[in-house]
Amino acid sequence: MNNDDIKILAIETSCDETAAAVVRNGREVLSNVIYTQIALHTEYGGVVPELASRKHVEKIDPVIRQALSDAQVSLDDIDVVAVTYGPGLVGPLLVGVNAAKAISWAAGKPLVGVHHIGGHISANYIEHPDLEPPYMCLVVSGGHTHLVEVTGYGKYNIIARTRDDAAGEAFDKVARAIGLGYPGGPKIDKAAREGDPDAMDFPKGKVRDSEYDFSFSGLKSAVLNHLNSCKMQGIEINTADVAASFQRSVVEVLTERSMEALEKIGAQDKGFALAGGVASNTALRTSLEKACASRGIPFYAPSPVYCTDNAAMIGAAAYYDYLAGVRHGYDLNAVPNLPL
Amino acid sequence: MKILAIDSSGLTAATAVIEDDIILAEYSIQTGHTHSQTLLPLMEEIRSRIGLDLDSIDAYAVAAGPGSFTGLRIGIATVKGLGIAKDKPVAAVPTLEALAYNLYGAGGLVCPIMDARRSQVYTGIYEFAAGTGTDDGGAGILRMRPVMKQSAMAFDELSARLNEIGRPVIFTGDGIPVFSEKMKELLTCPYETAPAHMSRQRAASLAALALAYMKGETDPELEGEVTDADSLDPIYLRMSQAEREKMERGG
Repeated sequence: MNNDDIKILAIETSCDETAAAVVRNGREVLSNVIYTQIALHTEYGGVVPELASRKHVEKIDPVIRQALSDAQVSLDDIDVVAVTYGPGLVGPLLVGVNAAKAISWAAGKPLVGVHHIGGHISANYIEHPDLEPPYMCLVVSGGHTHLVEVTGYGKYNIIARTRDDAAGEAFDKVARAIGLGYPGGPKIDKAAREGDPDAMDFPKGKVRDSEYDFSFSGLKSAVLNHLNSCKMQGIEINTADVAASFQRSVVEVLTERSMEALEKIGAQDKGFALAGGVASNTALRTSLEKACASRGIPFYAPSPVYCTDNAAMIGAAAYYDYLAGVRHGYDLNAVPNLPL
Repeated sequence: MKILAIDSSGLTAATAVIEDDIILAEYSIQTGHTHSQTLLPLMEEIRSRIGLDLDSIDAYAVAAGPGSFTGLRIGIATVKGLGIAKDKPVAAVPTLEALAYNLYGAGGLVCPIMDARRSQVYTGIYEFAAGTGTDDGGAGILRMRPVMKQSAMAFDELSARLNEIGRPVIFTGDGIPVFSEKMKELLTCPYETAPAHMSRQRAASLAALALAYMKGETDPELEGEVTDADSLDPIYLRMSQAEREKMERGG
């Protein structure tokens, strides 16, 4: 190990995972600890911010200590403390931000605040040593649907975003409506494998004044209307078919817009990357991989463990921010609507 | 013994460093900013002003609750971060005990009140008495003991309790402006509200009470504890709204 090594302790608490990781030089994960609160929130049908905040307080220190011990380092070996400061739920964010600031202060290590979406995008650096900007990235999660051109490390040009629900949010709402429960993404993914994706023709949301922006509320309403009309007519609902047909609509619209943007805007881009919690969806991965292959464009996607909220991705993003001179002060606050 | 104290339970952000019976530095500020923006910069100000070496700190003290859920978590997450960097004992002091300790030596009752919303206050009733409740030769040391331990209750109920006791009472805390009309309306016992230097969270009071906890010199009926950063748990005194609604539905 040479002296140029930068080891980052990264912390992520923006939603319902308490996570800490140690990452070397932005690409090598020495540890990646995730405490998931899914079980806690399942009984409420979604994330309850106050309960998530309380759980983060309980878990933050054990998770950080585990990350240091898994990496076989002590805090003395750490060069930088990084933390997600937005976007996300303010209560959960504040736990990570204040713990990180106190560590930075008491240990005398520089503090780098990281954008959660920048983290998701940077998750791709962990397993793909050849991936370098510029490239196009589709970020899809419970809170976000962004098509982003990554023009440099930490430099993002937003091509498209959702006008209403995030893709993951639509998955959650549809899953709840067809009785699959929370979290919706993995449950629909699984149910859809048994269903016919062409059973129903749900709309692919189009936004009038934008070529690339997404809209998922119309699709969600169409699914809910279908369920209602089945119920009124006493027709039994085929959960697997609904899941598969809904998923096909989401996957097709995401793939089509991504490829159009890649061809028209991202001509210089060296590849296409997928990121965010919904990047775990097998149908979406397969569809984008095929579309990229047919165009001769390298396709990248993180392993599922780096798709879900995790701190390794925050450490990856923080490394390039740190090299670019980003430092945050002790007055760093949580910013729930932090723009990319 | 040197103690670094943090209180972000209410509207005031407060931090102090004491060494035995001396305040080395103390800040109390009330601004429009969140504690997340003010607390650590104040701690850094103290460190640079007094040349504080964090390794010389013997214990952290924190107002453990009740209070604003978010405020409590800012202070407690800060202590948890400190614990990762420099692991020290943590005196988790109930917020209302620390507030009452502002009026150390008061002759009558001390009643801290914080606005708990929904017409309630976070409150307790405390008194100071010589050597009460200990059997280890503590006689002569003025100790604070609870007449009523901290809880969330309707101000009307608190008033009835104070009227029943009938002793003179001094109120402290940021609930005072919220309930001053109610005091006039409901209280039949003699009462006074604390002046500015005693009327909000003071980190030096918190630190002084924490020192008593560290030395084992507190009344056994007080509810604080000496713990460590990992085990430190906020005293919310209330369930979250989601849990409450679930219970009301019979879930």
